[in-house]
Parts: sequence; structure tokens; C-alpha cells
Amino acid sequence: MHEDVMKQSMFTLETNEKIAKNTYRMALTGDNGDCTAPGQFVNIRLNGFYLRRPISVCERTENGIVLIYKTVGSGTEYMATLERGTELDLLTGLGNGYTTQQSGESPLLIGGGVGVPPLYDLTKLLVSEGKSVTAILGFCTGEEVFYADAFSALGANVIITTEDGSRGIRGYVTHALPLAYSYVYTCGPEPMLKAVYAATTTSGQFSFEERMACGFGACMGCSCKTKYGNKRICKDGPVLEKEEILW
Amino acid sequence: MVNTQVNLCGIPLDNPVIPASGTFGYGYEFATWYDINLLGTFSFKGTTQEPRFGNPTPRIAECKAGMINAVGLQNPGVQNVIEEELPKLKPHFSKPVMANVSGFSIEEYIHCCQLLDQEEQIGWLEVNISCPNVHGGGMSFGTSPRAAFDVTKAVKTVTKKPVFIKLTPNVTDIVSIAKACEDGGADGISLINTLLGMRIDLKTKKPVIANKMGGFSGSAIFPVALRMVYQVYEAVSIPIIGIGGVSTAEDVIEMMLAGATAVQVGAANLINPYACKEIIETLPQTMDQYRIQSLQEIIGGAHT
Repeated sequence: MHEDVMKQSMFTLETNEKIAKNTYRMALTGDNGDCTAPGQFVNIRLNGFYLRRPISVCERTENGIVLIYKTVGSGTEYMATLERGTELDLLTGLGNGYTTQQSGESPLLIGGGVGVPPLYDLTKLLVSEGKSVTAILGFCTGEEVFYADAFSALGANVIITTEDGSRGIRGYVTHALPLAYSYVYTCGPEPMLKAVYAATTTSGQFSFEERMACGFGACMGCSCKTKYGNKRICKDGPVLEKEEILW
Repeated sequence: MVNTQVNLCGIPLDNPVIPASGTFGYGYEFATWYDINLLGTFSFKGTTQEPRFGNPTPRIAECKAGMINAVGLQNPGVQNVIEEELPKLKPHFSKPVMANVSGFSIEEYIHCCQLLDQEEQIGWLEVNISCPNVHGGGMSFGTSPRAAFDVTKAVKTVTKKPVFIKLTPNVTDIVSIAKACEDGGADGISLINTLLGMRIDLKTKKPVIANKMGGFSGSAIFPVALRMVYQVYEAVSIPIIGIGGVSTAEDVIEMMLAGATAVQVGAANLINPYACKEIIETLPQTMDQYRIQSLQEIIGGAHT
């Protein structure tokens, strides 16, 4: 289980490159000791912006972390302009992250858009535990597809879906569900999570996104109701068990 | 050696820095970041008679030099605060805590204050009559001198602890409301709560916040808060807690010169969990820089 450790520290930007349409990959060096589970996130302070930007951790590297983000507003557009050597103030170790004990032998991972990155480190962990991973990675168009080869290289069976059919299977991630799987891990926009919730038959873990201020459980900005009471997406989530979701 | 101590209604504070209600949970959440005994005290999350989930999400919007929240007084209810939250705080905080109370009727304020009055851990009650994010309560008491007087008088009959009334800036005449609280027997005034504001998303062309409007806080509101503290200081003789956009030791000193006995720090805690710790640690050198020996002595120093 993930320990309740969070930290504020400075990271140094090593690379910041476009990897798909409106999608960037940022490698940072710094103390990643508090990033203890796949699916956790960091909250980044940006010059000129009042609130930090919460971004899920794609990969914990030997000496830092990798983040993948989409430019969706002025904050992430500013992030895309940052250059090598930039020092960034991060809160790390935020959120609960995924757990793998319940995954069974053939877990199914479903990511939509920038919901894909946190599944990367999860794949790595599941594969290291000897599990057979199928990853459905869904995007709007082929231009937005990223990391398909990276997931394959980890040993996952990768299925790509695009809404316009320009790459992989045409349609939504739910159009590509395999016949059998032991457990579901998913992350993506809420309409996709709802569709996955309805279309999948096993238990699973769903990672949510919400507008937040602090990212560490203080402001109650990102609360949601669950079967087990009120939870804060930033602190008690972002990963919720399928069984507790009120849909 | 400078002296950062102040006296808040007979209870000494090691320093005037107090995390504001709604930005510091019930305190123990911040014990993972630093030893919260460093603080003067803190004001806990606005507590109501019944548990409340609060408003739908999104509840947060970013602004230039600030943010809007429409949390809507999410809290577990006063009974739970007494039975669960205060015991959880106890091992982390050995000082008296400020209990922030909200309500939708005078009876509800009375009920909460009566129960919290019995708690040894609590030093002061801060009665919030200024929440902009709930309908039919909160702020409606803080926008009329008569209602502010009535709430103050009612809670004063059920507690021996010092009572601060927390006021909203969303009024035409803050001074008349503050005076009404003093007349009602308030031991102090906390001001200001957030300014009612909103943002619209250009992509969806709809309000960012589900509740449409919310409370604007952050550095941008500091001059408004300072001005109101200054005005109220001239009109009342009870202590004032200055709140609004404070994020540095300089801001603390400026707020005290305007008339604040103590200062609350709100939104700054949400972007930097160490905000209060850093302010407290830089206070002595900042006092030195401005040749201030004792903070207690500068309260209201800007007035002639």
C-alpha cells in the first residue's frame, strides 16, 4: 500500500519535447523517493500562475520522473515553452495510486488521451510481477497517438483505438475490449470512465481527474461522493475502486 | 532579539500567524509537512451542525494572483469534529485552536458554539457569518448589522470563550457591521472572508465553477482586506484578525500596522504547504529590517 508521504522539492528539466499533437513529454531530474505508486501525481508551480498544475507521473526513472501532458490551457502551454535546465518546484507523492495485489494474471489497462501516461509505470510494475498485460490506448485521432511502442516494449499487448479510425481500431476504447481479462485499470476523461464502467465485467481501479487547488487534501476543492463516504480526488484518490463509484 | 508575541483576547500567541479556516483542514493534515506547533494557532475548517458535502464540482477556478473557490462548507458536522477530528489533532498540536463555526439559523450557531465551548482544545470561537458559497445562510447574517448583532449576542450567551465574528467584504458598509458585532458583545472581528467573484471558460462559454460564483481569495485581495481592517480599526476597540491575500512576513506587518492584532493566511497555504512556516521563520529578520522590536507594539501603527 502507498504510504502517506508527500514532499516539496526542486526538479531540473532535462528534456521537454513534443511527442504527438498537443502532447509533450517532460523528463525531470530530482528526488523521486516519494513517488511510491504508479498513478500518483505531482503538482507543479509555474511562474506567473497562481495555482499549481497537477500532472500524473508517467514513469519513475533512476534519477527523476517523466511527465506527459497535453496543452489544454495557458498553464500547460507555458509548460511547453520551458527549456532544459529550468528549475521547477514540485509537490511529489500526491494521491493514492494503483495497487496490483488484486490484478489477477491478465489485467486489462485502458487509457484515454493523457489518461495513458500513468498506465505506463503500472504496466512496468505488472509485467515485473509476471502478469500478462493488455493495454487499450484510446485517442481522438492518429496524430495524437503516443507511447504505443513504449508499452509494447514493456511486453504489453497493445491495442490502439482512434475515434476517426486514422490509426488502429476505429471507435472508442470500449469497442476493443478483449473477451477475457482478470481486472481493469483505467484512466481518462469521465465519459470514457463511465463507458468502461458499464462495458467491463470485472472489478477494477478507476483514476479520476478534477479541478483542484492544493493537490494534497487541504482545500476540499475536488471532493466526490462514493459508496464509502466523501472522498477527495487528490488525496483519497485519484484512484477509486470500481465498487465504490456511484454510477 | 525581537518579540513576535501578541495577545489575542487574553491568550498569548507565539506569533500572529494563523492559517485561515478552509485552507488548513483540521490541522493534522499539515503535520505531514511541518511541526504545526510553530503556528500562533490555526482556524479549523468551517463546521456546521449537520455534516455537509458542499457544492458540486468544479469548485475551483484560477485567477490572476488568486483563485475562486465554491466548496460550500463541506465538513463532517460538529459532533464528528468533536469526536473524531479534535482527537486526531491532539497529538500534533498542543496550543489552543480556533474553532470556525457556520450556520443557517441562529439556533444552529448556538448549538455548535455550545458544544464547542466544552472542548478544552479550543481557545477561541470564530463565527463565520460570511460564507459566500451557501444559500439561505452564512453571508446573509453578515450583510445586515441587525442580523450580525443578533447572531453575536446569541452565541455570546452560550460560551465563555472569546468570540470572533468573521465578516464578509461583500457589503456597502463594513464599519456598521463590525460595530454591530461589537455592540452584540463580540470579543473580536475577523476580516475579511472572500470576495464574491466568477470566471467563464472561453471554450465552453459557461462559468468555470458549477455553482457559477465563488469566493475570490489570494494575493490580489490584500489591498481590499487591508483597507477594511484599517477602517474597522478606527471604529471599534476590540481586536481584529486581518485576513486576505497575506503571503509574506511583510504582509503580516502591513496588516498589523493597519490595525490587526493577528493575521490569517489562507490561499497561500494551498499553493505552498510551507507558507505559514516560511512567514513565521522570516518574521524576525523582516522585523529587524524595519526596526520593529515587538509586534504587539505596532498594532494600528499606521493610524494617527
